[in-house]
Amino acid sequence: MGSPVLSWNLLDDFQLMWSYPFMVNAFRAGAIVAVVAGAVGWFMVLRRQTFAGHTLSVVAFPGAALATLAGFSLSLGYFGFCIAAALAVAALRRGREPGGSEESAATGTVQAFLLACGYLFMALYKGLLEGPQSLLFGSFLGITGGQVTVLAVAGVVVLAALAAIGRPLLFASVDPQVAAARGVPVRLLSVAFLVLLGAATAEAAQITGALLVFALMVLPAATAQVLTARPGLSLLLTVAIGFAVTWAGLVAAFYQPYPLGFFVTSFAFALFLLAHGARAVARARERRRAESGRPVLVGSAA
Amino acid sequence: MNALLASASASASASASVASAATSGASGMTTSVWAQPFFHHALLAGTFIALAAGLVGYFLVLRAQVFTGDALSHVAFTGAMAALAGGYDLRLGLFVGCVLVALLLAGVGRRGKADDVVIGSAFAWVLGLGSFFLTLYTTSASGLGDGGAGTSVLFGSIFGLDGGQALVAVLVALAVAVAVLLIARPLLFATLDENVAAARGVPVKALGLGFLVLVGVTAGEATQAVGSLLLLGLLAAPAGAAVRLTDRPFHGLALAAGLAVGEMWAGLALSAWIPQCPPSFAVMAAATAVYAATWLRPRRASRSSLVVARG
Repeated sequence: MGSPVLSWNLLDDFQLMWSYPFMVNAFRAGAIVAVVAGAVGWFMVLRRQTFAGHTLSVVAFPGAALATLAGFSLSLGYFGFCIAAALAVAALRRGREPGGSEESAATGTVQAFLLACGYLFMALYKGLLEGPQSLLFGSFLGITGGQVTVLAVAGVVVLAALAAIGRPLLFASVDPQVAAARGVPVRLLSVAFLVLLGAATAEAAQITGALLVFALMVLPAATAQVLTARPGLSLLLTVAIGFAVTWAGLVAAFYQPYPLGFFVTSFAFALFLLAHGARAVARARERRRAESGRPVLVGSAA
Repeated sequence: MNALLASASASASASASVASAATSGASGMTTSVWAQPFFHHALLAGTFIALAAGLVGYFLVLRAQVFTGDALSHVAFTGAMAALAGGYDLRLGLFVGCVLVALLLAGVGRRGKADDVVIGSAFAWVLGLGSFFLTLYTTSASGLGDGGAGTSVLFGSIFGLDGGQALVAVLVALAVAVAVLLIARPLLFATLDENVAAARGVPVKALGLGFLVLVGVTAGEATQAVGSLLLLGLLAAPAGAAVRLTDRPFHGLALAAGLAVGEMWAGLALSAWIPQCPPSFAVMAAATAVYAATWLRPRRASRSSLVVARG
């Protein structure tokens, strides 16, 4: 991959990348995955379900490993395992206070056991020379047109389902007690959301690898929710950030010999830090303005 | 420095050769595994690592900080890969990385507990960094790096420990266990009722910080046994089972440590018996089976009120 060199004529660069069918597929798949993971991740961050989300996202690894070992379709392995794990996590949460010590122990155990299963499947299947690394850290090379179609169809289904339950889910996420009192089926929504989270994970894992899906889910959403409190705007911003960092990561990975996951997570984390910095500066300025209105306080602070 | 690198890559290749010997060997091989020195080293190191992980894990579960352990498991991978890529001993990267990030997490959060979204964002990036170091190491010009090292860090290579490495692991694990027992009483107080403990003059913040450092060291230790991806299970499963089985904190602490050690032994024995079964998987399977078994037991009302109210 070392041969192409980034020139400063960006139009030419894009034309060069577009001349490779595998890059076109990678850009298409990256766009689909970023939008779906961003939208679902936004709700995950809002609901503070990062641990459950992370557990679901690593489950893609045993799914893919079992599919490789047993010889059935990889997509089936990804989707089957992630959705089954979503239902398992939902069952474990039943009747328990979210975020409590018991739930986190259960989630952690499920996660470690499923990863161990993935390792066992890989150890039993000795044909793969490079080991589990491409399943864990992803590969954007060799995505076929058929895969892009499957991703697009699954992505549309996930987004449509999310749009259908979006409004009550938002209500139930922000204030579960009031939502329940108003007759919103909070528990059912929670299960449905976990299933959507599993499906989105299965999508994204096919491109980013099982370990880096979580980055696409959490980082754009966490950045957007720092920048604005308005739900619609921050959802849009999340999708835009996810899309931008994925494409920028693909461009960087095309020109540099380092993995896609590294670039995507680094760009996204840089934005996250910038957002936090910007908020801190804005708050400090606001405080200074408030203090300059009251000279007594300035004197005491100095 | 070269000698250290050589020893690191030698241990990786030793684990690979052990694994291949174990998998290629027929049933005649299985009886002799028990007498092999690598098995004794694994048993010795595994016992003490499990002891430390059980003790630390119990507090991790009580304090509802399992997600922090999850984050450290990724940091462990990145630290080890960075050390390998830079030509240092893998364990140096493990411990330095885990303890540094544990301190950072304690610093970012209020009262020694960081926000889950911030933790998640940070370790998502750390893992990306890990994949960078992995590439750097495997494609390094010296040609020393091999893809097996990444796998053995992620999923452990306890049968690849030599005598010296096992001894260091035992000493570090013992130090962690002693430290946990020394701060157990005030830490428990600070965990169960933080405000009252602070009012009584217990240094809550310092305890939280010290505890996270212990978690970091334990994460580095456990990575050598079951790998960075699976150490979460060693921390969470025995402790989760202990929390479900008893209300009494010190009984729970002892039970968590005992379960962890027992599960480690069961796992090592299982993988010695069945050569196709990697030791990390066997240990996780034993731990998960015990934890799942505790769910069959009916819960008493009193203990659920304790944990839900305090958790």
